[in-house]
Amino acid sequence: MFGYEFYVDPSRCIGCKACENACAECDTHRGTSMIHVDFIDRASSIATVPTVCMHCDDPTCAEVCPADAIKKTEDGIVQSALKPRCVACSNCVLACPFGVPKMMPKLEQMMKCDMCYDRTSIGKRPMCATVCPSQALAYVTPDRIARERREVPTNVFFFGRQRVTTKVAYMVPPARESVMVDVVDYMWEGGS
Amino acid sequence: MKWLFGRRRDTPLWRDEFAISTADERYVNRRQFAKFLVLTSVGMFVGNAWILLRSWWRGEPVFLPATVGRVSELPVGGVKLFNYPGERDACILVRLAEDRFVAYSQKCTHLSCAVYYAREKGRLECPCHEGYFAIEDGSVLQGPPPRPLPKVVVERRGDDLIATAVYVRPQGTPA
Repeated sequence: MFGYEFYVDPSRCIGCKACENACAECDTHRGTSMIHVDFIDRASSIATVPTVCMHCDDPTCAEVCPADAIKKTEDGIVQSALKPRCVACSNCVLACPFGVPKMMPKLEQMMKCDMCYDRTSIGKRPMCATVCPSQALAYVTPDRIARERREVPTNVFFFGRQRVTTKVAYMVPPARESVMVDVVDYMWEGGS
Repeated sequence: MKWLFGRRRDTPLWRDEFAISTADERYVNRRQFAKFLVLTSVGMFVGNAWILLRSWWRGEPVFLPATVGRVSELPVGGVKLFNYPGERDACILVRLAEDRFVAYSQKCTHLSCAVYYAREKGRLECPCHEGYFAIEDGSVLQGPPPRPLPKVVVERRGDDLIATAVYVRPQGTPA
């Protein structure tokens, strides 16, 4: 749908996993969800966050693919690995800063969220955005999101020194311009 | 070659060939492929015509007689290496009997390795791919060589052995 953008608002996520189930309904990958809902800190919080592919402007997964299997279409959607080319090396799985690509060992192919390309390319909304009861996943026009939300969208992320700009936007508190992710802090597993 | 393949110069070649965006992927379209076919065909035709004209205009080669060895220094069964007709044309001379001398180009007709005389087997052998040549006429006994060895005509004049011509023979012709 021309002019429609994808917005993710983790603060609205209630962890119902309706998106996961709706995604798994899709005929192109029936039974396997390309979206996943994670607990941020299970021990101390019930907060959850859904993870869809952010469709980076300069996709790291495609940059690291040794088989030239990951392609970005003209509308900015980063597609799943091409089956004839994917060598199942998992480079993309390791490289993606958002942790989106999934290796399907049975298929020997990487599969990932492609923003329901079969739906959005013909003017329908992505499955997860249609079922999300709290609209933590929203596929709407930019002026509508500006009108209805207190949070503002951003598509700039910092992973350490890596600056990533994306097609999908995150809703952040007003006056924030980017999302900073301290990778080393998340990797730290010792102490408290 | 930009007019042929439409390559852009602002990106490195590897990025050009392995583009991330499908819009930048470079497919060879029908017109480019047709151009390639036509140009390659023209190139092949010109090359073949050139070879044909050269072979028409090339006259019979002229060989100057040259002394390549002495009978007295070559015992029966002995081998002498020499260069004929040019400085870089390696040849091998074998004395088969008291009054029988044969000489061939030393370059194997397969991939130009140097052949040697295997005296106990009575043949010329190329060690690279085990191509064997008959010592009597240079014809191929086994292995990959496609043609017999070029034969060098050697005459005996007194004590001198004089090479007078080289015969390059196609496959199947008698020696």
